[in-house]
Formats: sequence, C-alpha cells, structure tokens
Amino acid sequence: MIYLTRKAEFSASHYYHNPELSAEENRRLFGKCNNPNGHGHNYTLEITVKGEVDPQSGFVMDLKELKEVLNREVLDSFDHRFLNKEVPEFAQQIPTTENLAVAVWKRLQPRLQTAQLHRVRVYECSDLFADFYGEE
Amino acid sequence: MRAHLTKRYHFAASHRLHNEGWSTEDNLRVYGKCNNSYGHGHNYALEVTVSGPIDARTGMICDLGELDTAVEREVLARFDHEHLNLTPAFAGSVPTSENLASTIFEILQRNFHAAHLEGVKLEETSQNSFEYAGGGEIRR
Repeated sequence: MIYLTRKAEFSASHYYHNPELSAEENRRLFGKCNNPNGHGHNYTLEITVKGEVDPQSGFVMDLKELKEVLNREVLDSFDHRFLNKEVPEFAQQIPTTENLAVAVWKRLQPRLQTAQLHRVRVYECSDLFADFYGEE
Repeated sequence: MRAHLTKRYHFAASHRLHNEGWSTEDNLRVYGKCNNSYGHGHNYALEVTVSGPIDARTGMICDLGELDTAVEREVLARFDHEHLNLTPAFAGSVPTSENLASTIFEILQRNFHAAHLEGVKLEETSQNSFEYAGGGEIRR
C-alpha cells in the first residue's frame, strides 16, 4: 500500500455563528470569530489517497486526475468565497476547520475511483489543522 | 462524526544531555556536543493533537481556548525560557526530546479533559521530531 498526498491552497472568508444561540452566547463561544462581516484565511489542503501501485503506470493514481477532481469539486467552489454565504454545506453548518475537513471529504470521496481517500487535512494557518479519516 | 485537530505551539529552552550515573568519557561518547556542561538551546515546536466527535452546536471538537490555556499553563509556563535540566520534571531524567515529548504528553493527559488527547509531536529543530501517543500507535 502506498500513500500519496497532494497539496492545494485556497483563500476564503468565514465567521462562526450558531443562530440557535443568543448573541451573548455566540460571542462567548466564538470570540473574534463571531464577527458577522467575516474574516479570512489562506487555507492549505493536504489530500492523502492510498492504494496499490499499478504495474503498468507505476502510479497509485494519476496525480493530474487528483488535481482535476480537487479543482472541480473543491477549489472552484471554495476559493475566494465567503464560505457561510456561498458554499451550500455551510448554510446550516458552521464552517470550522473540522467541518471543512468533513465537507472536503464528502465532495472528494465519491469522485475517486482508482485510489481510496485516506485523509483530508485542512490547515487554517500554519499552526492549526484538522484531520478527517471518514466516518468511523 | 469524529475528527482530529492539531495546534502548534512554540517555546525556547536550553538543556544538557548528561547521565549522572555514567563516566565523563561515556557521557561524551553517547551525547557528543549535547554533553557540553554549559548546555545549549533550541526553538522547540510542539504539535498537540486532540480528537473527538464534532459538536453540532459549535462545529468544533472542543473549545480551542481551553486547549491553549492548558498548554500555556502546563507546558509553556513550565518549560519556556527555562533550563530543562533544572526544572522539577527532569530532576531524575535526561531532558532528551524523547523524554520531553513523553513528559509533555503525560502532563497534558493529567490536566486537559475537554477532548481526547491523541498525541504530541515535538520538533527540536527543523531536522528532527519526536512523537508520543501514550505508548499507542501513531495515526498517519
């Protein structure tokens, strides 16, 4: 089994707010991240797939195909967007780093045929990242 | 829906690798430059990984502020800008990065309860790092 990781970057804005909670409770829970005008990050994604090496191509999967799927399914929707307002998953869900990792997994997993998705890592900044390995 | 979250912290400290039970020659042979009696220092980077279900109310595994508070109080206050050999944690052991990583894990495990502590990774320099997960396997 070989593991292969592809990195990608996108920039987006978001804010943390749960409409079921009071304004005070939101501010207490989320602090500065609760500013309704949003704030932004340069996110880095690391997508790790795993599989056996194809004896003909020497690949686990064609990196170009992984890049195309990642661009089409994730980056085209997330890059330079206000996540809360422009990405459907986050109409009902807070776009935390954890939830972003789950959303990226759900977008990619059904689109990968030749290799199996192993891990989605989302860096919000160089000192904070979330990992998702699928539902366990 | 279970996820992992990792936060990086930074601290600077000095140490000397020296085993009181060994001869001068043995200490020099095993530890080399790290045995210099005056000690030397590093900029350490510490990654703390926690795991748990994502709380539907907050979208988070735990309040990151609680993790920051625990790491600042229990790890950074104890070790940042200190000579590790002189801290109580290393009264009876050599402050190698292996021992520092496992010590930090055990301190956090005793003092942080907002989520499951998955493991810690300690980078002594950009060229070497040490990981400890309480003796269990480290997830890749």
